[in-house]
Amino acid sequence: MYVAVKGGEAAIDQSLRLVAEARRGDPEQPELSLLQIRQQLRLLVDRVMAEGSLCDPDLAALALKQAAGDATEAIFLLRAFRATLPRLGYTLPVDTASMRLQRRISAIFKDLPGGQVLGPTYDYTQRLLDFTLAEAELGTVPICENRGAQMGTVPEVPPMGTVPSLELLDQEGLIERQIPLRDDPAPGDLTREPLRFPAERAVRLQNLARGDEGFLLAMGYSTQRGYAHSHPFAGEIRYGALEVEFVPEELGFPVVIGEIELTECQMVNQFAGSKSEPPQFTRGYGLAFGHCERKAMAMALVDRALRAEELGERVESPAQMQEFVLSHSDCLEASGFVQHLKLPHYVDFQAELELVRKMR
Amino acid sequence: MRDPNYAFAYLDERTKRMIRRAILKAVAIPGYQVPFGSREMPLPYGWGTGGIQVTAAILGPRDVLKVIDQGADDTVNAVNIRRFFERTAGVATTERTRDATIIQTRHRIPETPLTERQIIVYQVPVPEPLQRLEPREAETRRMHALADYGLMHVKLYEDVARYGHVSTTYDYPVLVNGRYVMAPSPIPKFDNPKMHMNPALQLFGAGREKRIYAVPPYTSVESLAFEDHPFEAQRWHKPCALCGAADSFLDEVVTDDRGGRMFVCSDTDYCGERRQRKEAA
Repeated sequence: MYVAVKGGEAAIDQSLRLVAEARRGDPEQPELSLLQIRQQLRLLVDRVMAEGSLCDPDLAALALKQAAGDATEAIFLLRAFRATLPRLGYTLPVDTASMRLQRRISAIFKDLPGGQVLGPTYDYTQRLLDFTLAEAELGTVPICENRGAQMGTVPEVPPMGTVPSLELLDQEGLIERQIPLRDDPAPGDLTREPLRFPAERAVRLQNLARGDEGFLLAMGYSTQRGYAHSHPFAGEIRYGALEVEFVPEELGFPVVIGEIELTECQMVNQFAGSKSEPPQFTRGYGLAFGHCERKAMAMALVDRALRAEELGERVESPAQMQEFVLSHSDCLEASGFVQHLKLPHYVDFQAELELVRKMR
Repeated sequence: MRDPNYAFAYLDERTKRMIRRAILKAVAIPGYQVPFGSREMPLPYGWGTGGIQVTAAILGPRDVLKVIDQGADDTVNAVNIRRFFERTAGVATTERTRDATIIQTRHRIPETPLTERQIIVYQVPVPEPLQRLEPREAETRRMHALADYGLMHVKLYEDVARYGHVSTTYDYPVLVNGRYVMAPSPIPKFDNPKMHMNPALQLFGAGREKRIYAVPPYTSVESLAFEDHPFEAQRWHKPCALCGAADSFLDEVVTDDRGGRMFVCSDTDYCGERRQRKEAA
């Protein structure tokens, strides 16, 4: 008679078997390879790496395969794996100005040194379903000769070491300068230390960099719709590869340990000036592993909104409140806590049941 | 059998040391929430990651582990966590409260009294007792620092004024060692008195919120109340339908679709042991 939750152990085993079956699908069909996922679902792989805080496309592809394409579940797998890795040291800061560019655009200049480089983007596609892709094995495309796909009159320059377009404003003193703080203190590390409030900008950016794309998108969007006016312009968006350097203790000089792909967005925002600062443009910053443009842009909007207090602006919208934004940006924290409602709560519910009966 | 691919109890030794330091600090300041570098565990946030990290940090190879959820050993999440430690630490597990050296729990304190050689680890979803009244952590931290708990007392007072009694039934706030107001985790307030002067060490882990706190053995834990409206725990009119216990927290079990109900112990080990003893007698 008392059967409410008995048999948990056997039920879990059956459920594991079912999920494995559901993941694999029809065994007659060939199984997805990690290389296929990595190459043909590259943007999904990039998102999982960015929010998983682990730059490893192979593991991200594996996580996606194991999670049957559920991005949050894949991010979870990657983060849990990441938690078991020892921390060997810190690489040198990367200089995104030296990026080997695949894409670089600025919305605030018609043309600029280095040119507007469109690269691979869906921006100018017409969103029409391409039925030729539905015909399997025919999905080959001609190789593009000028891979950079440059616009305008700029001659062919190797798109590398291109000056960030915001420096053009900097030369006139029209944009706030980005100078490291005195003594350039080491940034906090959110993966080792818990988030404390108020959080400094370096910590906020770390939080946003691994934050959920959908959440940041909605937060950034809200700043464009009257909740924290910030009048943004896309100063520059760039995507490309960068070498990462590390100084091993026993060598004492930097060695290149690999290359990573990054997307960077610098937003330019109006600023009316304050008692101590003349009117000028301010910056919002976004950075993500791989090709995650929407994420980087949204992050830059939110970063700028979160600087409200520092810039003497009134804090009245959710996107400006760091406790609101930073405490709710992590997809694992959010997904876990929302879904924990599936766990049994009958003891608490019993207590509430008694209360409601008593109150009636 | 222990899975050799992972470190003992999953976490690496440095992480465990970091957690143990947080635990030591928590024990030294009863009821104070110690921030710690919570890791992503292979179970989701909100499903016991704080408790799991605390258990992983204190677990030794000779420990005997019991895991309960809603008082029961066989609920799915309890099964899953127990299996996790069987797999990663290879420790002995038990369903008997008496035999356990470490008890990880969600939402209950066992009915069988705990002893000095036991540690109870609570899974905590929301460690901040003031969060529902003041969502900003910078503010609640200040309130704890100044022992400024007026907001909480006003909330309790408003309950009394409106309903004639405090309307909190679980996660009922307590004052620890006369200093810090603490969330006892979502245990029913029925369990609150068990925390007071308990011989066992009580540890609380909140993974998602990245906090650890503790109630050392034999520490005063007082449920907040007023002199003219003293704290009162739930009571039932009938004893457990299975074992006849009149002193345990009862779950209401629906027995048919015509409104039939029975009340049985939520602590399955306590209920089972009582029934066994009855049969033997």
